Amino acid sequence: MSIFTQLVSELLGILATFVMVLPYLIGYVLLIMLTLGIWRIVRRFMTPKQDFGALKTVTFGDESAVTSNSAASVISIVLIFVLWGSFTGSRWLPSVLHMPGAFKGEAGFSYTIELPDGSTQDATVDVVVFGAGENPPKLLVDEGAQSAKNDGVAIQAYRNKLLKWDANDEFSRKDGAKIIAVDGQAIAPGGEVFVPNLRVAVTPKGTLNIEPDKGVQMEPIWLPAPEAVKDRLVEIATAGFKNFMLVEHLGYSLFRVVVGFFFGALVGIPLGYAMGLSDWFRGWFDPIVEFMRPVPPLALIPLVIIWAGIGEVGKIILLFLAALWIMAIAARAGVSGVRISKVHAAYSLGASKWQIMRYVIVPNSLPEIFTGARVAMGVCWGTVVAAELVAAEKGAGMMIMVASKFQQTDVVILGIILIGAIGFAIDMLMRWAEKVMVPWKGRG
Amino acid sequence: MTTDHGLNINNLSMRFDLPNGGSVQALKNVNLHLKSGELMSVLGPSGCGKTTLLNIIAGFLAPTEGEIQLNGSTVTGPSAERGMVFQQGALFEWMSVRENVGFGPKMKGTPKGEIHETVDHLLDTVGLGDFKEKAVYELSGGMQQRVALARCLANDPDVILMDEPLGALDALTREKMQSLVLKLWKETGKTIILITHSVEEALLLGERLLVMAPRPGRIHREYRLPFADLGVDQDLREVKKHLDYAEKREEILSMIWDMEEEIMGRMEAQS
Repeated sequence: MSIFTQLVSELLGILATFVMVLPYLIGYVLLIMLTLGIWRIVRRFMTPKQDFGALKTVTFGDESAVTSNSAASVISIVLIFVLWGSFTGSRWLPSVLHMPGAFKGEAGFSYTIELPDGSTQDATVDVVVFGAGENPPKLLVDEGAQSAKNDGVAIQAYRNKLLKWDANDEFSRKDGAKIIAVDGQAIAPGGEVFVPNLRVAVTPKGTLNIEPDKGVQMEPIWLPAPEAVKDRLVEIATAGFKNFMLVEHLGYSLFRVVVGFFFGALVGIPLGYAMGLSDWFRGWFDPIVEFMRPVPPLALIPLVIIWAGIGEVGKIILLFLAALWIMAIAARAGVSGVRISKVHAAYSLGASKWQIMRYVIVPNSLPEIFTGARVAMGVCWGTVVAAELVAAEKGAGMMIMVASKFQQTDVVILGIILIGAIGFAIDMLMRWAEKVMVPWKGRG
Repeated sequence: MTTDHGLNINNLSMRFDLPNGGSVQALKNVNLHLKSGELMSVLGPSGCGKTTLLNIIAGFLAPTEGEIQLNGSTVTGPSAERGMVFQQGALFEWMSVRENVGFGPKMKGTPKGEIHETVDHLLDTVGLGDFKEKAVYELSGGMQQRVALARCLANDPDVILMDEPLGALDALTREKMQSLVLKLWKETGKTIILITHSVEEALLLGERLLVMAPRPGRIHREYRLPFADLGVDQDLREVKKHLDYAEKREEILSMIWDMEEEIMGRMEAQS
């Protein structure tokens, strides 16, 4: 098969998935429209705003008229948790809001077997469905007087079980007995029927395959309830995860980012200045920087592991490289962006080259450098998590990677939330630093 | 030697190569002498080399022929004795108004207390007494140009070069600033060369008015005018009512008109 036909078939698979997801997307958009409708009605009963914006008649297409609606933000966040809780049967939600969950409790059905001589017999199957982590209950089954004895089976929720119905019968499948109906509905090997709370199928070999109703909630191993994630947070924060405390995992990741970024800036900023101030340095480093910049830092992981191993040094080298080019380019742009009239003015005021550097070029480049630092910190944070996914003893990325191997979905989700929160906090911190350190940004 | 005093521009020419192989004669045989304390405005259509001339005097450009002497010594590069006021955006927005004005003295290593005094005095003179500790980006365009003037004066230069310093201001602010320039000129007795696009401004702010012509850039005509002296004590609007003023304005305007027409004609002939 040529690469083209391969890709086309891949694309068809992706399209099929998209079509499957589409109803959920549409449902979500409808939810948004619904809340918008409710919000509009609610707003009618509130005191209308009388600011300048409220007097605009043209708002569609007026970019300045579109500001983030904080009510929508709050509803959106709350809705995420409500949907999460609803589909996981969270204790934090009243059970009215729960999606139908997996069936638990007692159920049963009867089946009819046909013997080779054409006669039929009925028997029943008692089914008890128990939750994950519960002890399977012992079933006391009255086998009955007929030759096809009654059966009983305990099944864990979300699982299925094969029942050899003939194990206790006087006629077995070897004797030619076979099931022809379940609860009166005709069935053949390979077929299935639905009885209350159960799906009952007959395998091609004639065994019963009983599967309790799964509902539409997610099984905790795929998506744990929010409170389970919270409980896991408390547990990891107090007891640690894989030999290290939570603060150690997060602290190590942050340490790597800060140190890698620090050295990247330490080398990158002077490099950028040199490139901005000297044509020789610009010519020397332009090809190197322009080539290295588009190489994603993640692509360097294998080489860094080969050269420096999986210890701290390797990770710091990787983050150093991630930050280096970004900082060099930012510093170069900061120097090149200085208005010649500022430099001329400083020279005519009697400044020396060194003074021009100290009082004009460096402060003038700070806004660009801060922008670069924000980008670099973001890239470094992403890179450190990815590097830890590949190989690490501790770190946020290592935590979720190891957890995923043990199907500890709650730890994985917890880790993702923590990584996102820290990334967000880093960006906020950088913005704050920018505001404090370069208040003149964009006002020259 | 007494003739060494003031600014001497001797046989100045400026010619540079273009990337396409041609060359531009930006200035040709410019000769000029400014006495200490003279106020001269320079007018001319775009491309007449007036900004080039100013940049050579400031020391940002080296002429291909001729030289400039200030008080007997040849200009080879920028220095604090030739201050410059730019149109806009030459203030350091990372410094407060006070730090901007005190920049020159600070570079020289003047003691802090002395700088403080000079800056206080100058900012009061230009009418920014209440804005000393503000950030420059908090000021209006007119106020920023007042800071630029004060910053230049703080350095006590011999010559002040102004490259369209009021070009970006609105008409009302501009008129106020013109009065301020005249006031500062009289009070400080500095030699000032001011480049402008506005004929009115050139008439009001020039004891001497230089009209330059393009291709090659050269001095076309020079006037000696009474309006700057009149404007020191009078309202500028009164000065403009002067009969002479209207007459000179018409004369210079049509002169520049003719030059522009000629350039257009030449460009049409070429194409």
